[in-house]
Parts: sequence; structure tokens; C-alpha cells
Amino acid sequence: MPPIKLTLNGKPWSVDADPDMPLLWAVREIAGKTGSKFGCGAAQCGACTMHVDGQPVRSCSTPIGSIAGSKVTTIEGIAEGPQAKVAKAVQDAWIKLDVVQCGYCQSGQIMSAVALLTDTPKPTDQDIDSAMNGNLCRCSTYVRIRAAIHEAAKALEI
Amino acid sequence: MPDGHMPENLDSTSRRRFLQVTGGAGVGLMVGFTWTATGRRALAAPAAKGLEPNAFVKVAPDSTVTVLVKHLEMGQGVFTGLTAIVAEEMDADWAQMRAEHAAANAKLYNNSAFGPIQGTGGSTSTYNSWTQLRQAGATARAMLVAAAAQTWGVSASDITVSKGVISSGTHSAKFGELAAKAAALPVPADVPLKDPKNFTLIGTRLPRKDSVEKSTGKAVFAIDVVQPDMLVAVVRRPSKFGAKAQAVDAKAAKAVKGVVEVVEIPRGVAVVATSYWAAHQGREALKVTWDESQAEKRGTDAIIADYKALLPKPGELVTKEGDVDAVKAAKVVKAEFSFPFLAHAPMEPLTCVVKLGKDGCEIWAGDQFQTVDQANAAQAAGLKPEQVTINTVYAGGSFGRRANLESDYIVEGVAIAKALSDAKVQGGKLAGRPVKLIWSREDDIRGGRYRPIYVHGMEAKLGADGSLLAWKHRIVGQSIMAGSMFEQKGKPDNTSVEGAAEIPYDIPNRLVDLHTTTSPVPVLWWRSVGSTHTSFAVESFIDELAAETKQDPVAFRRKLMEKHPRHLAVLNLAVEKADWGKPLPKGWARGVAVAESFRSVVAHVAEVSQDEKGRIKVERVVCAVDCGIAVTPDVVKAQMEGGIGYGLGAVMFGAITMTGGVVDQSNFDTYRCLRIDEMPKVEVHIVPSANPPTGVGEPGVPPLGPAVANAIAALTGKRIRDLPFTGTVSV
Repeated sequence: MPPIKLTLNGKPWSVDADPDMPLLWAVREIAGKTGSKFGCGAAQCGACTMHVDGQPVRSCSTPIGSIAGSKVTTIEGIAEGPQAKVAKAVQDAWIKLDVVQCGYCQSGQIMSAVALLTDTPKPTDQDIDSAMNGNLCRCSTYVRIRAAIHEAAKALEI
Repeated sequence: MPDGHMPENLDSTSRRRFLQVTGGAGVGLMVGFTWTATGRRALAAPAAKGLEPNAFVKVAPDSTVTVLVKHLEMGQGVFTGLTAIVAEEMDADWAQMRAEHAAANAKLYNNSAFGPIQGTGGSTSTYNSWTQLRQAGATARAMLVAAAAQTWGVSASDITVSKGVISSGTHSAKFGELAAKAAALPVPADVPLKDPKNFTLIGTRLPRKDSVEKSTGKAVFAIDVVQPDMLVAVVRRPSKFGAKAQAVDAKAAKAVKGVVEVVEIPRGVAVVATSYWAAHQGREALKVTWDESQAEKRGTDAIIADYKALLPKPGELVTKEGDVDAVKAAKVVKAEFSFPFLAHAPMEPLTCVVKLGKDGCEIWAGDQFQTVDQANAAQAAGLKPEQVTINTVYAGGSFGRRANLESDYIVEGVAIAKALSDAKVQGGKLAGRPVKLIWSREDDIRGGRYRPIYVHGMEAKLGADGSLLAWKHRIVGQSIMAGSMFEQKGKPDNTSVEGAAEIPYDIPNRLVDLHTTTSPVPVLWWRSVGSTHTSFAVESFIDELAAETKQDPVAFRRKLMEKHPRHLAVLNLAVEKADWGKPLPKGWARGVAVAESFRSVVAHVAEVSQDEKGRIKVERVVCAVDCGIAVTPDVVKAQMEGGIGYGLGAVMFGAITMTGGVVDQSNFDTYRCLRIDEMPKVEVHIVPSANPPTGVGEPGVPPLGPAVANAIAALTGKRIRDLPFTGTVSV
């Protein structure tokens, strides 16, 4: 089977893997980038969220063979890619408000938040609730996630 | 993890077993141990040019100060809070402070609330570290000051330290410049601690030490640990608790590309592969026949029915004040409550990496019970505890799950590594290869160690004037402690009755008793332990009695709470900040509850609404907390916010149910957890205090459920008796 060719965080990536292997495990175990997390394996929690061609996807349920040729961005690359400005605002807000507790879901939360702010620069609480609903946080950092997204939106206005 | 009934209270038999398991030395040595006297001896030679005055503080030549944190950072903020205590006494600058997990060592790093073991739980991290870390920091500061005095030829009393700079007259130096010289000085004993009125860091908002790593994907959890030649394992476990593997057909599993071996371990059958994906597919192909003769075959409905059948019968006595049965009442009010099994479901499923050699074993885990795990791992590996190294990394949540006395997932990891090292397995060629064991979410949800099922029976006798004359509270449930080293034979399990045995209400006649049941379903402490259910029963019932006697629920509590000023102050702060009594929009109502747990007191006022379809939403929660000195107030606030969300998801829809002994839930689609659109607005108010710090990780949980249930009752007239709420109302 020929290797699957993609772009990972702006660099060409040729993966020799079972096409059914979820993108998450290819990124974590083959590319060695462990910032994206395994939480459910069933697109239920969002801890594995990456961007594929700019759209947030649940990488635990995305077969790598189904996205050949795509541009994949993970938490490791988000601050350097085309969404760098939004990503920086989001990460700065996360740090400023000390959103994290255990931190395990936060890569996924940040990837979803960057996607939200890219599409909706001034989200309401309701926009946030619907865009972030797929990202579970068992520490319940939700109050601060909402506040940090508003904070980032404000910073991006300037 | 409960406390207050920990090894300090162990009887002699338990104590011996405890020491056998932990491999600890005499308790006297542990209790009598002080780092100022022996810390230096216990350490290797002082680091070149740096200062390591004790087991908790390292000052590097570049002036970074590293605090060795004996507790697990699992989100609750110990890397920030415990580091702040040291920084305060050193007069350090917050930016120069670092935190890292300490090595497993019961002598240096025991939790004094537990006894001679290193472990995190019972919301004790700050409580048991407070004096220890103040002394550690003050000692380091004194040595740096002494080195400065010697270098500059001035008196120590003429030296000041501020934000990491040591000064006297025209002299000035950073910590690192004096570290080597300080390291050569004797470690002073009994260094005076700061007067709390001079605190400059404690009580202020300090940025979390783990925020940057965790906001950039750089934080390392056990699942991220990679070792050369590492294999990945998953385990097939029985679908019924108490079943054992009878026959294994591994042919199809071994045919999966990437599967390296299939081995039987005491808890199931492990599929070992070169990647998680291969291991997962191998497990799908694995065929196992189970011996279910000793397994739990009841469903949870049957278990609850069995428990309810015990309610009419007197149980083991827990509390007796006055004579409940002799009281003549104008009115008797009764209520029964039931509580389901709950899974902890931390975001990071249980994971460890084990590297087993002939003479030693190295483990990487978000390890919550380091020296218990060390001892259990040693036993599983056939080694001595001192041959087991535990590398504690960040844990992706725990809520109690990672602290269990059998060290379940750690022992599984070691058992797999041990099985692979057998010369009969592929001629021993897999021996010594590191193994990463990963539990899937399904393994986690179906893997047991749940908050036990409980049933409560309440009865109150009221006088003609509405006064509360007598209170009877009967609890039925499985013991968390039974069979463990913490079991206190002949005494009711405190983890079943805490929050009910003592209540902040003065009632002249009170009886609390307990039926302890058994089942092969393994159970465990779950964020706030016994108070997860006792507080719900007590605070719901008190509220119901207020309504029954047509009294305001706050006024009713205040009257009964007169002799408990700390509880009263917390209640008063919460209701004041929540504008108790002021009108709310139509279709909204408030509810209140207050509870003491882990030495702290928390009150919540919940505001709920109901839409046209009858769906209940929790709009806002106003919280007041007395946790002694709030070392890092923003972390306290975060823990209250988190406790509110964690508790809310559980009471609204959290339940593990079983049909014919098989767990019905498997992932987050069926084990529903709180999502962002269900999170209320939260306000947290901290009661100013000069008392030593008490718990914050758990105490936000207990009063949340009853505050919301009481608001729902105020709004709809429906009292919620059976959890979760989904059985009674739409949420």
C-alpha cells in the first residue's frame, strides 16, 4: 500500500499506515505529536480536536485514509499557521484567565475556540455554547472557557 | 480519598497490614520525622553550586527555585498553591518559582493526614503541607541570608529579602549567587515563620504554574510518555464484575498486523502491540470465555430494591443523641432517597508506562498514591518496593479514581510487563521492553470502582409549633473501606456516614445508623466521598422540613445552626451575595444548601428556571466558602467552579446502571457528563480567615446537588428522591 500523503502543521507528511487508523493515533504514535489527546475514541469528547483544511474535526474518528491530501493542523502548529493571530489571542486569554485545571481537554478546547473565532469574531454566549458543546471538560472549566473566548475576541478587535 | 480516619486512627492489626503493604518503616519514625533534622542526610550530596536545604526546595545557580511537590497535580492546583507557600516564606519572586513532582518516598513525602504513605486525596494537600512547606521555605531563606551576611560582613538582621533579591545597604544579590555558599552552611532548626500579616503572595492572585504548558499542548501526561522500543497494551476484562477468564482463543487477535503477543494477567487478557490502534483491533478479534460463577449478576434496580428492603430494620449505630423513639410528635415526615453508582470518568483514561528489568521497575503515571502503588507494583513484579521507581506526571483528572488501594491499573501494567518477561513467551525476547497500558473510555466507564449505590431513609418528628424534635437517618450501602488497609473493624465505615453522623443542626434527639452491604462490584471514593450522598439527603430533608412547617429555608437553618458560627457565616455570605428573598424572573426559583466536608464549609444558592417544555436549567450558582486561609484564592475559586460543574452533571444525569450484572453505559454518549451549555454562571465568595488552610478540591461538590434540588422543589413542588434528576424532571 502506498504511503498516505498529507500536510501536517505546514510540512509534508507521508504516513505508512493502515488507512483505517484514526488520524489521532497516526499523529500521536507515528508523527510523535502528543498534544492532541485520546479521551473517548468515539467523537464524544473533543479532546482530540484538530483542524483539517481549517475545519475542526474529531481526529479519533477520522480515518487517516479518508483525508489524504489534506492540511492537518494540531495544537503544536496552530500558533504558526494561517490562524496564528487568532490562536495567539486564544492561548494568551487561556493563560491570562488560568482556564486550565487538569489540562487534558484543553488542546481540543483551544482548537475548537480558534475555529469558532475564525468564523465568528464576536461570539455571544450562545454561539460559544453551541460551538464548544462537543468539547467535554470533566474539571468543568466552562465558566473560564466562555470568559477566555470573549477575552480573545476583544483582543482581536484591537 | 477520605481522611480524619486514616492511619493515625488505625488499629494495630490494620497498622501492621498497612506497613506490610507500604513497606514503610515504623510509624514513630514517620511521625517523628522532620526534614530539618534528617532531610540533608536523606539526600545525596548537595547539588553542585545549588542549594538543597531540605527535601522540598532546590535553589539553582540561575536563581530558579524548584519546589518538589509531594502531591499529584491533577488539576486541583497543587503546583501553584504549594509553590506559593514556599515562595512566600522565601520572599521569592513568583516568576522564579518552578514546581515538579517529587520522587515516591514515604519517609520524605508522606501525607501527614494519612500516616506513613505518600498520596493525594481527602482535599488534604494544602492542609497537610502548610507548616511543612512554610518551614522548608523559611529555612532556605535563612540559609541564603546567612550566606549573604558572611559574604558581606554584615549582620543577618541588617539584611532584607524582597521579590527574590537579598539586600543590605549597597549590597544586593539574587538567590542563585549565594546558593553555593549557603549550601555549605549548616541547616538551621526552628527557623521562625512569617507573621501572616506580612504575607505578600499568599492571598493574592498568582498565575498557575501549569497554564502555559497546558494551553500549548506541551504538558506531559502518562499517555504521552514514550520510551524506546515501547509496546502498547490494552486489556480485555470480563463484562460482569467478579468473573474470571476460563478459556482464551488468541489466534485471530495475533493475526492482526502489529499485535505482538497476547498474555493472560490476573485481571483479564492483555493484547500487546506496536501501536494503540493495533492493540485495539487485536482486542476486538480476541475471544475469551469467562467463568461467571462468582460474578455479580444482579441489575442495579435489584440492588436498590435489596437496599430499600433493609430500611425498616435498625442498623449499626453511628450517632445517638437523646431518644428519638420516645419523642411524641404532632407530625412525622418521612423520605427515602436513592443514589446510583457513579463513574469518575476523568478526561485522561487510566494509563501507565512500565519498564520492568531484572533488578528494578520504572513506572510513569499520573500517580495519586505513590507509595501504595510502589508497594503493589513491587509485589506484582516480585521486587522490593525500593526497587520500584515511580515517575509522577500530570494526571488528566482523577476525582479519586487514580487513588485506589489495589493500584488496579498500575498492577495491570506491571503484570503485563512481567508476563512478557517470561522466558516461555517468545523465548524471552520481549523481556524488558517498556509497555504502555491504555484504558479505553469503555474500559473506564465499565471498569468499576464506582461511587457506591446508597439508599437513605429519613424520618423527622415535628412539634405542634413546627419545631424539629427528632431526626432519624438510616443509610444502606456498600463500604469503600471494607477489606482495605483502612478498614476499621468494629466501627461503621466513616466514608458511608460522613456528612450525616455530624450535622451543623442542633436537634435534641438524633439517631443515625448504617447497614453495610456487599457486592463484587468494586467501589471507590468519588470527589467528596460520603458527602456526595449524605449531604444531599440531609440538606434536601432539612429544606423539606422548612417547607412542611412553612418557614423560610434560610431562616429555618439559621435557627438550628446557632451553635455553629462558621457554618452560619458561610450560609449568611452566600444568601447575602445571592440576594436571597429578592424577586426573580417568572419561572425561576432559588434553593440553598450548606455542607461541611474536608474541614471546609461551603454554601451554594442555586437559581433554576423552567422553560415552556418543562426543561429545568440551572442559571446561576452563588457560592460561599470558608477554607481557612485561601493560599491562592483564584485556585480556590476554580475548584469551586469545577466542583459545581462536576456535582451538577452527576446529580442531573450521572448514573451507572447494570442489567443482569452488565454495565449499560460505555462512553460519553450513554454516561452523560455536563457540557458547556449546561454550565451555570458561577460566583464564588471566600470568607476571610486567619485559620490554617483546609480542603478545596472536594468541598464545592456536596451542597450543589441539594441546592439545585431545593430550587427545583421551590419552582415545581417536586422533591427529588431518586438520583439522577432525569428520573423526576426534564433537564
